[in-house]
Amino acid sequence: MMLLKNTYNEFIKIVAKPRSYLGFGALTILISLIIFAMKVDGETIVSFITASFEQTLTFNGKLVNGNLIAFIILQMLVVHIPLLVALVTGDLISGEAAMGTIRMLATKPLSRSQIVLSKFLAGAIYTLLLTIWLGILSLFVSHLVFGAGDLMVLNSDGLVILQEADILWRFGLGFCVAFLSLLTVATLSICLSAFAENSVGPIVATMAIIILFTIIGTLDVTVFDNIKPYLFTTHMVAWRSFFEDPVPYDLIYQSIIVLVAHIVVLISITLYKFNKKDITS
Amino acid sequence: MGQQTVIKVEHLAKNFGSFEAVKDVSFSVNKGDVFGFLGPNGAGKSTTIRCLLSLINPNKGNIELFGKSLTKNRSEILKNIGSIIEKPDFYKYLSAQKNLELFARISGADVTSKDIAEMLDFVGLGNRAKHKVKGFSHGMKQRLGIAQTLLHKPELIILDEPTTGLDPQGIVEIRNLILRLKNEQNKTILLSSHQLSEIELIANRMVIINQGKSVVEGEVSELLNSEETMVRIELNNPEKGLSIIREKMNLSDVMKTSPNELELNIIKSRVPELCRTLVENELEIHAIEPKRKLEDYFMKIIQS
Repeated sequence: MMLLKNTYNEFIKIVAKPRSYLGFGALTILISLIIFAMKVDGETIVSFITASFEQTLTFNGKLVNGNLIAFIILQMLVVHIPLLVALVTGDLISGEAAMGTIRMLATKPLSRSQIVLSKFLAGAIYTLLLTIWLGILSLFVSHLVFGAGDLMVLNSDGLVILQEADILWRFGLGFCVAFLSLLTVATLSICLSAFAENSVGPIVATMAIIILFTIIGTLDVTVFDNIKPYLFTTHMVAWRSFFEDPVPYDLIYQSIIVLVAHIVVLISITLYKFNKKDITS
Repeated sequence: MGQQTVIKVEHLAKNFGSFEAVKDVSFSVNKGDVFGFLGPNGAGKSTTIRCLLSLINPNKGNIELFGKSLTKNRSEILKNIGSIIEKPDFYKYLSAQKNLELFARISGADVTSKDIAEMLDFVGLGNRAKHKVKGFSHGMKQRLGIAQTLLHKPELIILDEPTTGLDPQGIVEIRNLILRLKNEQNKTILLSSHQLSEIELIANRMVIINQGKSVVEGEVSELLNSEETMVRIELNNPEKGLSIIREKMNLSDVMKTSPNELELNIIKSRVPELCRTLVENELEIHAIEPKRKLEDYFMKIIQS
């Protein structure tokens, strides 16, 4: 009961903080810009991609449609959204330490574990809302502006064309896995937040870790081959697998297990650290 | 019937790395006490109080509150405690009312909106309920801190330096509030303060800690021997006054402390005689005031 009450409190704090709206604002502006750019110059961009296939294939219908734009938006933004998530979640524990309110919170009849878990739950709700906002803007607005149509996806195996009726569920599940990826980032920043006394450190550290792991993941060096499958950044693009035909469910399940394992381990570290922490601020 | 012990601290110790913040602190607070917790800066007062509120995990020792072990009954115990540690900090981006609502929700008590409104009125912030805390002065935050402390009607109130940064009016307000809580609601109050005169005025028991160890504990009146008082007198002729006091009143513990001032230790019941003697010997008394004894006692303990 106390856990739920404090989760509600934590969510109120998130809602009241101006920085919580930065993510929604940034997504709105970025997606609007992408939609505007595609409206103006989308046909040229797509024809540049399809040019190499035109000797063997004939494209009929509307290639630049809401589904393609939503896919492009997801592709472009999934890399950047972690920063928007970390801006809020990286502040959840360290922000209280910096403000001094952690003292007030920790003298209430809540266990330290309840404090951490309520912050994690509130952070998860915020991440979910941001993902839903991303979905609304990218899918619905794109469909409003460009209309529906078949989706053409260029994978490493070649060109995949998905029928219009076969797309929505892929986006639905894709957003679920994207949420799990962002939740991993949120958990990482909350974990780092438990070690810090200011907000900036955990946010910068989260981004630094994501950049470092992404670089390791893209480097074609055999030394890193053994660790690549265990880096969460390797699995942050797992949502894209839903747009392959057939869908590689084994790889998706593997990614989900790695992401969930990261979340569990990071929460455990946060609980251990926060329970042992002397609050001296 | 013995007095109920609300706080019992035995041989508390806490290290931060190689630094021993608290070495051996023991004391007990009875129900209804206003308990003064004294010590110079760095003596370990705040660390001890943070241990009492489970903000800091002690390395050694035992803490019992309401007769129960703090480590085993943390949540249950904290429901009955209201506290301000050094300075009350609030969510600056929320209003006073919202802040109290947040803390009330996790206080473990049923606190209604009406209770919150009444408490804000009680601390004089009723008209600022909807204002964001970021615009509050230190004094207003301190009053909001008191409201937060009392909101869930705790049995024990722990105030760590509650008058720090307050103006004289604010200090008097806090003092009167503490006395009201003791007299009208029989609350038990642990009060840590640098304002020795405050402790002397409102505490009935106290402990002095120094260099991480409790040095002395007991009834304030017994420790200070309240029968005797130190008096400062401002006179037109202190040299004459000095000899009159020594010869006619047989008091030896008297000295000239400035060109027109004397200080002496005297039994309270002899103060009228002192005034009468000086006036009868044609001395003009410009001022006479008791000098707080706790300061002297405190200094003596700390220096020894």
